[in-house]
Amino acid sequence: MVHSYHEVLRLESRLESVDRAQSQAQLFALEAGFDETGRHQVAMAVREIVINAIAHGNAYDPAKRVKLEFELTPAELIIFIQDEGSGFDPSHQPDPLSPENLLRQSGRGMLLARAFMDQIDFQPTPHGTSVRMCKHRPGSNGQGNGDAAPRA
Amino acid sequence: MNTLHIQTRQVDEVDVLDLAGRITLGEGSLRLRESLQVYSQQPRARVLLNFSEVQYIDSSGLGELVSAFAAIRRQGGELKLLRLTRKVHDLLQITKLYTVFDIHEDEADAIAAFV
Repeated sequence: MVHSYHEVLRLESRLESVDRAQSQAQLFALEAGFDETGRHQVAMAVREIVINAIAHGNAYDPAKRVKLEFELTPAELIIFIQDEGSGFDPSHQPDPLSPENLLRQSGRGMLLARAFMDQIDFQPTPHGTSVRMCKHRPGSNGQGNGDAAPRA
Repeated sequence: MNTLHIQTRQVDEVDVLDLAGRITLGEGSLRLRESLQVYSQQPRARVLLNFSEVQYIDSSGLGELVSAFAAIRRQGGELKLLRLTRKVHDLLQITKLYTVFDIHEDEADAIAAFV
């Protein structure tokens, strides 16, 4: 198993790219040593943030791309997702766990990503929004694998 | 990536939809929406969704479920869930949708729970 690895993908702004991103995340999570549950959690977090980037960030604009970057360090799996949209402020999103929002059709993607990763940060850039997510690798200092209950 | 297959059967006066596959943004969510649309337009529909063969659902799929639940309820009907797999169960807990849906492990119990 390698202990440090880096790969960059540039995804088209269409639905098929979501499955591709998810598959790639599964592979990297496997390489990072996560069990089946941990791999599912990483892949789902990537899926949800890439959906946001393609649908809301780039608005399916064929001229825009989503940059998906994986980095494996000895301690963490780090994932960067950057869109070319007009910017996104997560603090302005309605809380999907509030009773008045429970029956809303959308708005749960970020909640799921936060629950499944150890850290997630949003950063506006001159050309869109950049999201950095990381999860401790099994056997590092964190809980790593996904057997522990996800954080809501 | 496999898609969503839906088979419908009737038990007593309840329409049971056996779902198999993935309920995700795109084809899976669309198929679920199309299958449930008829119930959201009829009064007092009774619908039971069997999730025993659903290994994967994303936020888009959850949105379709919630949307159908609300629409069927507005018409005086009920939508219940049966046999969630662990992954689907975890997502409903994280999103607190576990508090919204009536969820059963046993089909006979679920059928009996319809008013």
